[in-house]
Amino acid sequence: MSGQAAEKPKFPTETGCPDGFQYMHPAYIKNYGNWKYHDRPRPGVLHHVSHNGDEVWTVRVGTQRQLGPYEINLLCDIIDTYADGYVRFTIRSNLEVSVTDEAKVAPLIQAFTDAGYPVGGTGNSITMISHTQGWLHCDIPGTDASGVVKSLMDELHDEFTNEQMPNRVHITTSCCQINCGGQGDIAINVQHTKPPKINHDLVANVCERPSVVARCPVAAIRPAIVNGKPSLEVDEKKCICCGACFPPCPPMQINDPEHSKLAIWVGGKHSNARSKPMFHKLVAAGIPNNPPRWTEAADIVKNILRVYKDDAQDWERVGDWIDRIGWPRFFELTELPFTKFHIDNWTGARNSLNASTHIRF
Amino acid sequence: MAEQTPKNPDKHSTYLPTKKTSSKPFHDTPMLDELESGPWPSFVTGLKRLAYDNNMMVDLLGQLEHSYKTRLGYWKGGTVSVFGYGGGIIPRFSEVAEMFPESKEFHTLRVQPPAGNHYTTDMLRQLSNSWNKYGSGLIAFHGQTGNIMFIGTTTEHTQHFFDEINEYGWDLGGAGPCVRTAMSCVGAARCEQSCANEQKIHRLLVNNFIDDMHRPALPYKFKFKVSGCPNDCMNSIQRSDFAVIGTWRDDMKVDQAEVQKYVAEKGRKYIVDSVINKCPTKALSLNDDDTLAVDNRNCVRCMHCLNVMTKALSPGDDKGITLLLGGKRTLKIGDTMGTVIIPFMKLETDEDYEKLQEIAEETIDFWAENALEHERVGETIDRIGLVNFLEGIEIDVDPNMINAPRVSNYVRMDNWDEEANKWKQRKAAN
Ligand code: SF4
Ligand code: SF4
Ligand code: SF4
Ligand code: SF4
Repeated sequence: MSGQAAEKPKFPTETGCPDGFQYMHPAYIKNYGNWKYHDRPRPGVLHHVSHNGDEVWTVRVGTQRQLGPYEINLLCDIIDTYADGYVRFTIRSNLEVSVTDEAKVAPLIQAFTDAGYPVGGTGNSITMISHTQGWLHCDIPGTDASGVVKSLMDELHDEFTNEQMPNRVHITTSCCQINCGGQGDIAINVQHTKPPKINHDLVANVCERPSVVARCPVAAIRPAIVNGKPSLEVDEKKCICCGACFPPCPPMQINDPEHSKLAIWVGGKHSNARSKPMFHKLVAAGIPNNPPRWTEAADIVKNILRVYKDDAQDWERVGDWIDRIGWPRFFELTELPFTKFHIDNWTGARNSLNASTHIRF
Repeated sequence: MAEQTPKNPDKHSTYLPTKKTSSKPFHDTPMLDELESGPWPSFVTGLKRLAYDNNMMVDLLGQLEHSYKTRLGYWKGGTVSVFGYGGGIIPRFSEVAEMFPESKEFHTLRVQPPAGNHYTTDMLRQLSNSWNKYGSGLIAFHGQTGNIMFIGTTTEHTQHFFDEINEYGWDLGGAGPCVRTAMSCVGAARCEQSCANEQKIHRLLVNNFIDDMHRPALPYKFKFKVSGCPNDCMNSIQRSDFAVIGTWRDDMKVDQAEVQKYVAEKGRKYIVDSVINKCPTKALSLNDDDTLAVDNRNCVRCMHCLNVMTKALSPGDDKGITLLLGGKRTLKIGDTMGTVIIPFMKLETDEDYEKLQEIAEETIDFWAENALEHERVGETIDRIGLVNFLEGIEIDVDPNMINAPRVSNYVRMDNWDEEANKWKQRKAAN
């Protein structure tokens, strides 16, 4: 606790979320709420024009998300030398560096490229994968996050620096079934396949048993006395191996080097454009969790992307595309097996069944 | 992809120092080493650079390699906080500290970035310097909730680091059952689609609940997200409890000369296939003279045509926001999207903003009183029904809240006339 610190601690100043204008590019402040349109002169560059004729060019740069002083100073040196000293981050950990002078764009891109930082991620590219914590820092992960992202972005580098997809592609990863990565056009998520292994000696000391019981989505946990000690037991037939009991009760170990697998989900979309926002849906599972490069998962992702790129119309996101061609065609084109696990049985599952004669031949 | 020697090896993402000042020898990391090749900047190289002068990072790399080898994680939580706060720190204690003692404590501080994640390079360097002094030096921009994550320090140094950055204007975010750090898109600062003042909405909402953020005492987490338009770049409908999304209710603006130019450039087929036919409500039609006819009454503000024809089409002038409540991921009842609670409200005057603030207060109060432990607001709505929830926060029903009316006739409706009168009175009042 903080009380261990030598000096008397200070009361915090509860400033909350700081004022963004103090760090904002002056052209953003001047034209706040007054932008007219934008275009993309080349992949990785956005060009915004305001109603009063002001222009900014913004270069988008991929990063490894975790930055140390070396990277921060390297990137800041580039931004100070070739741009205006202002930067923002997108939701997917890309840097956005704006300049008001078009002549600065090419040298800025060159400087990032020379430093090994890819410029891209705009428009209908595959942008940076949204990135969770994994083995580096989370307490419950079944896999790493940074490594999965690095491996995939190595493979998809050309799709980041070009705009060749039907529409933008948002890929997400999640290292447990809490899914911090969120919805994605393609989501690569841990999927456990065996119930938790319980260390009964520790449960009584570590876990608040009633709240662990309450956490289970299928009521598979009940209090029990094991070896004379209060513990918990799991009805393994009921258990869906979701891992929800693991965070509140670490002795209920859900992660398993063999049986924690990866699953791939597609068609998630947050935007309201065209279709309403959509959840991603299961397409493949049982994929080995194979560090350091997770090649089996990467191959499936690349295959789905290839089919999407070939078959989707301009502006169709993955979910829009599958809505048009139908799921049977998706499985046909991707050559992924369709199994009983693809048929939902959770609350509301009936809504996902085909109650019509709408069938494509 | 073929590896090439960089032009400027000492100023490159692959650079490694020539001198090692950390006293602890490196662990063998054959698996992590494989993540140093390839064109994407390598986080492993980044960790190694830190380990050249930081024993904590030497052992951190060792533990990470151990995770790669055994395919298991080795961090456990605990309790660490700074003086005066109950949250904002993610404590991490190593379960394999005998093997990797220097990184036995590796806590993270969650710090709230400004709305839209804007920084000056000076500020980034200053934050980096402070963190290098008290922590591992490693910063994640940003975590999935939106925080700046200062990853890796001891219990004692969390306090020193926080004291230092708190001096120059930074505050912790949320962790645990509390109001969490919010997120906003770049919006009005650099996006023509923005229909809202994201900076103002964001700070108004979240800074009003600063006590609920720093002293976790809610049923579970509560997230605000703000997107300037229905493109919802902040993923707010699905990823936040309280999603504020800019929109407009008058006609969209059409620059017909620009439309004609676009048609001339792209061809009629492209416009029909990619714009007209992709409108979800068939609200668009291409006229014979290559201008665009918009059925604004049936446009659902999906943004598609505006995204394609950024120069020709823009949001209207009568701007405001739509408010949705209750988005979240699977745990516990399954995924939920937010539900429309306020189809449209203006955000112009101080009173408008106060009203938004009041809705947030009512929502959090009602939820805090009525939710089960560990229940997100979307789950409360699911459990008690939208109507009971709306009555709790004193908001009237509206057909924009649903996709379709009820299908089942198993419902008791004996005070129908009374309810129908409410509707008529509201209509008359408008
Ligand atoms: S997805 Fe799960 S394991 Fe990964 S960072 Fe989030 S909570 Fe941790
Ligand atoms: S893994 Fe999930 S389903 Fe199984 S006991 Fe734990 S909480 Fe219940
Ligand atoms: S949500 Fe809309 S206003 Fe905000 S950045 Fe995205 S497109 Fe622009
Ligand atoms: S914004 Fe969407 S709904 Fe409205 S006219 Fe354009 S495409 Fe149609």
